[in-house]
Amino acid sequence: MANTNFEKYKSDGSLGGNLLEWVDARFPVTALWKGHLSEYYAPKNFNFWYFFGSLALLVLVIQIVTGIFLVMHYKPDASLNAAGIPVAFASVEYIMRDVPWGWLVRYMHSTGASAFFIVVYLHMFRGMLYGSYRKPRELIWVFGVLIFLMLMAEAFFGYLLPWGQMSFWGAQVIVNLFSAIPLIGEPLSIWVRGDFVIGDATLNRFFSFHVIAIPLVLVGLVVAHLMALHEVGSNNPDGVEIKNKKDEKGIPLDGIPFHPYYTVKDIVGVVVFLMVFSVVVFFTPEGGGYFLEYNNFFPADPLKTPPHIAPVWYFTPYYSVLRAMVWNFFGVDAKFWGVVGMGASVLVFAFLPWLDRSPVKSIRYRGPIYKSFLTAFVICFFVLGYLGTQPPSYWGEKVSQVCTVIYFAFFLLMPWYSKIDKYKPEPERVTWK
Amino acid sequence: MRKLKTLLAALLIAPTLAFAAGASLHLDQAPDVSGDKAALQNGAKLFVNYCLTCHGASQLRYNKLLDLGLTEQQIKDNLMFAANKLGEQMTVALRPADAKKWFGVAPPDLSLVARARASADGSGADWLYTYLRSFYRDDKRPTGWNNVIFANVGMPHILYELQGEQVLGPDHKLTLAVPGKLSPAEYDAQVRDLVGFLVWMGEPTAGLRKQLGIAVLLFLSILLVLSYALKKEYWKDIH
Repeated sequence: MANTNFEKYKSDGSLGGNLLEWVDARFPVTALWKGHLSEYYAPKNFNFWYFFGSLALLVLVIQIVTGIFLVMHYKPDASLNAAGIPVAFASVEYIMRDVPWGWLVRYMHSTGASAFFIVVYLHMFRGMLYGSYRKPRELIWVFGVLIFLMLMAEAFFGYLLPWGQMSFWGAQVIVNLFSAIPLIGEPLSIWVRGDFVIGDATLNRFFSFHVIAIPLVLVGLVVAHLMALHEVGSNNPDGVEIKNKKDEKGIPLDGIPFHPYYTVKDIVGVVVFLMVFSVVVFFTPEGGGYFLEYNNFFPADPLKTPPHIAPVWYFTPYYSVLRAMVWNFFGVDAKFWGVVGMGASVLVFAFLPWLDRSPVKSIRYRGPIYKSFLTAFVICFFVLGYLGTQPPSYWGEKVSQVCTVIYFAFFLLMPWYSKIDKYKPEPERVTWK
Repeated sequence: MRKLKTLLAALLIAPTLAFAAGASLHLDQAPDVSGDKAALQNGAKLFVNYCLTCHGASQLRYNKLLDLGLTEQQIKDNLMFAANKLGEQMTVALRPADAKKWFGVAPPDLSLVARARASADGSGADWLYTYLRSFYRDDKRPTGWNNVIFANVGMPHILYELQGEQVLGPDHKLTLAVPGKLSPAEYDAQVRDLVGFLVWMGEPTAGLRKQLGIAVLLFLSILLVLSYALKKEYWKDIH
């Protein structure tokens, strides 16, 4: 049965041949295999940046599999046990100490959360470098932004579950943001929490969202993302369409079958990723206090507000945008505009396909204006991220305001600067070696 | 273009200027005793004798102490005063509600204290090592004790018999006013062992974790060589 050359499976009386035909007549297993792997033609000039799509899929699988095992032992219960420790908090430590290999599964899951964002940020940046969001790939990009949104929700809900100080107070801060919405804000935030403060009701509903609702949506969106990708075909570092130049059989001249070429190549990427991942899991699972915040080793205490509440690193750029809004426009609380700014800073990505008016897709053929704007955007993203980890300060606020302006200018001025920018002519075929 | 580059560079440096200020604690560096079983056993003894009366370690079971090279009999005879079975957790008889009434605050469970006390100022071990050596006499406090790095701490200086009594001078320096049973160097060594035990208790599998990590990385290195060779073999056809 090891023969994967399906052309040889004919009705020759052998069980193997008949079985595959039997299945194919009822479910398109061979057609799916060909369409998505062995006869899906990807450009041959993928570089380093193209590893992160398959790696994101790998991390998703790691999170789902480790999550399944964590749910077997985790208890979403905010009440106190006999020793005065919240049951949820104690159940996480039970996994860390008493469940065989529980510590490994838990560290993989907690490191996986940060790894997911690192990989997805790099994957998104790849799209921005090579114009992968441009026509005809707008929907791939939009599905991707939705995946990113769901990922943020998933991470936010999941972060409450260990029921440590940062879990509790982080959720408190974020849910309180809803109360900034005029008129409906206050009842809305109570409805979200299910209580006047973050409590057992909140923990249980966040658990439900984290393990059922969001993963379901996430997996559905990933399928849509891949279906859209395989419908139009992959972009590449040159930003030229390989489908424009085909041989007599209709196969793109610069295309190679995804399997085996990119499967064997991605395995190398997977191994390198796993090495980096393992260094964190086995040698520095706290990630210097960024992957597991130190304060979160204190159980949640509703009566003790920590002096400094910082979100986990992957939310800090948006948190900085939130804090940068300090003006009460139109008589509405600055907090509300902060929420609007934070939401806009994520959603604005979805509009990239229509904001970009450059005649070329790839950074390789773009002019100096776009390159400068992109560099400024990346620097601002890092600066905002750093500031979000720090306690509020006068200069921190000023710098984050400047960076917020540049962040939005990158997107909102794009229709103008991408049009007037110089550009080099794209090649006819992909450049290779 | 150059102007633009200068601007971008300035943008990158700006946040570091913004945070020149900011209070930070000066912590003494705790000596690492993670590989020293005798020190950890001594730490366990100190913990049971001095801490476990009020502070629980409810995430730790007595039989986990076997990992420190102790025998079941040794644990039963020397360390188990509050429990009957080796599989029991190291809890205290003190009820949290009572403790709150008597001390104003329930003594926190110490299972994870060494991990929770880590910060940008230093590791949790550094914090604990400094904390346990920074108590001083303060008549303004109900217990008669205060602490340099934990102002108005609820806990009195439990180890004062060993260390003696320190006083805080007007220059904010601690001096030993009444000597204890141990010399300052001996006291530091005892605190070192106790802190070592608290660190071990925060994550008893940390040793195994690091050992396994080396094995996993070795395996992945071999896999990397093989997978790279496989990739090369397939891709030599692509021109």
